[in-house]
Amino acid sequence: MIRVEGLHKHFGGFHAVDGVTLKIAPGSITGLIGPNGAGKTTLFNLIAGTLPPTSGHVFMNGEDITGLPPHDLFHKGLLRTFQIAHEFASMSVRENLMLVPGHQQGERIWNTWIGRRRIAAEEEGIRKKADEVMEFLTIDHLKDERAGNLSGGQKKLLELGRTMMVDAQIVFLDEVGAGVNRTLLRTIGDAIQRLNRERSYTFCMIEHDMDFIGRLCDPVICMAEGKVLAEGTIEQIKANDHVIEAYLGTGLKNRMIKETSSE
Amino acid sequence: MSVADRTPPWTSSGTCRIGFRLSRLEDGLDFLNAFVAFANFVMLPAVAYGSQLALGALGVTMIYGILRFSNFAHGDTMAFGAMATILGTWWLQAMGVSLDPFPTALLALPAGIAATAVFVLITDRLVYRFYREQKSAPVILVIVSMGVMFVTNGLVRFVIGVDEQRFADGARFIITAREFKELTGLKEGLAIKSTAMLTVVVAIIVVAILFWFLNRTRTGKSMRAFSDNEDLALLSGINPERVVMFTWIMVAALATVAGVLYGLDKSFKPFNYFQLLLPIFASAIVGGLGNPIGAIAGGFVIAFSEVTITYAFKKVAGYLIPAWEPQGLVQLLSTDYKFAVSFGILIVVLLFRPTGLFRGKAL
Repeated sequence: MIRVEGLHKHFGGFHAVDGVTLKIAPGSITGLIGPNGAGKTTLFNLIAGTLPPTSGHVFMNGEDITGLPPHDLFHKGLLRTFQIAHEFASMSVRENLMLVPGHQQGERIWNTWIGRRRIAAEEEGIRKKADEVMEFLTIDHLKDERAGNLSGGQKKLLELGRTMMVDAQIVFLDEVGAGVNRTLLRTIGDAIQRLNRERSYTFCMIEHDMDFIGRLCDPVICMAEGKVLAEGTIEQIKANDHVIEAYLGTGLKNRMIKETSSE
Repeated sequence: MSVADRTPPWTSSGTCRIGFRLSRLEDGLDFLNAFVAFANFVMLPAVAYGSQLALGALGVTMIYGILRFSNFAHGDTMAFGAMATILGTWWLQAMGVSLDPFPTALLALPAGIAATAVFVLITDRLVYRFYREQKSAPVILVIVSMGVMFVTNGLVRFVIGVDEQRFADGARFIITAREFKELTGLKEGLAIKSTAMLTVVVAIIVVAILFWFLNRTRTGKSMRAFSDNEDLALLSGINPERVVMFTWIMVAALATVAGVLYGLDKSFKPFNYFQLLLPIFASAIVGGLGNPIGAIAGGFVIAFSEVTITYAFKKVAGYLIPAWEPQGLVQLLSTDYKFAVSFGILIVVLLFRPTGLFRGKAL
């Protein structure tokens, strides 16, 4: 699905991403973990075209997509969400969602004046889809609310909803669960799993909540200091000495030892 | 209680009552005369000028909101649009086409808009796009736009000359001062210039279309989305080059309409448009950069302040306070210094409310 080869990003002398090579298998939910400043979000930015890489390549289904602008990647089915939820604050939730599908009839300037019936027919379909998405995410009571007034967690749901408005192939989720309460987190987790199963979305998600990762992700990739540290199932990662040292800390290891000894 | 008890004591004498009423009537007429003079020399010109500034400021504010820089070339884009329309008008007049009582320029306006749209799109392709791809800082784009300003300025002068050009035809007045006096019997006349009326009507139509476009159409919404959050707009699949193109086309239309209306109402002289840049920017900033409603409000605030402060109130004062015979003109500021008004308001707004009256983007 996605193949990253020798990707580097240098900010001056600082190597934020330092030679990352990894693969994301189609149909998987890949977790990306690592300490703060490990280069996870920068890696997302490089893959999603928000930043140009210093060197290296990104392939999607065998095609070189390195450095393509984000809107081109969007039309290829590569979507992402932001760590700090973004929204069009002055528009309603529904308008936010209806804006998403690209290449709409109404985007052509002549159609605005002469093709109004065609636009209306198309928008009817998009509106229905937006309503479905809002129902799926249990935010349908907020449909006319200004997006800027939503709570942090609701904005995260809106971010997820945005990716559901089109048939995405792969979605990069940047800390979709951060700052979200437990119930909402379960809703988001369920939504991700359903999308993965029913609509065969591939996901790659940055997350710090190890329980959340453990429930959803296989495989898990751990990054530190711009490099891939380890890759494997959640159990393998948790038991990996490098990962424990760089990220999880010995506290977890001790706890795990205690748990295993008590069993 | 009897009726007599209820009448106030000061009306008990009949003569006194009549005298009181007569003086009230004369006071009323004086007040009306003062109002008509004020309307004729301050309100009407300010409304027309305000509409022109508002249209200009809308263009500036759209460039700022969507392309994220202050376009110094806007005044000269207006001059270019007016020039293109004037050339079209002259051609139509030579062909014997007329739209009497409306000015022929209205017929030439669509062609002028098209020419200006082509011109700004070429400038964008040749100049701005390079800096956009470099992701240059806004301040670099501002300096670049100053370069574009000088080139456009030179081009307009080269094509049409530096002199004043008159191209207004059709009826000059809807109602002249004399007709108004005969009609009402007042001492003061109220002249309504047809160009002023036209300015206001066209401005209202243009603004209505613009707001409908921005709020109700998909293209308008993607433009607002782009202005709101560029990163997110890109990741929602909105094509930035297309948004930029639409923005330029709409800005060209706004600039041309504003330029032509200003030229019709006053007269066309390339240098005047360069000078208009200051009040236009002041309007956009006072209203809040990036906010279309603010741009319109700002245009009227600046226009009313400028006209009111530079108007000689001697006549109006003479009606209101007959006993006072002022020696001067009762003028706060000579019209030579009218640009100082924009500056003054600009400074006050930037000091006390940097985001403008309608909370645009902070400077």
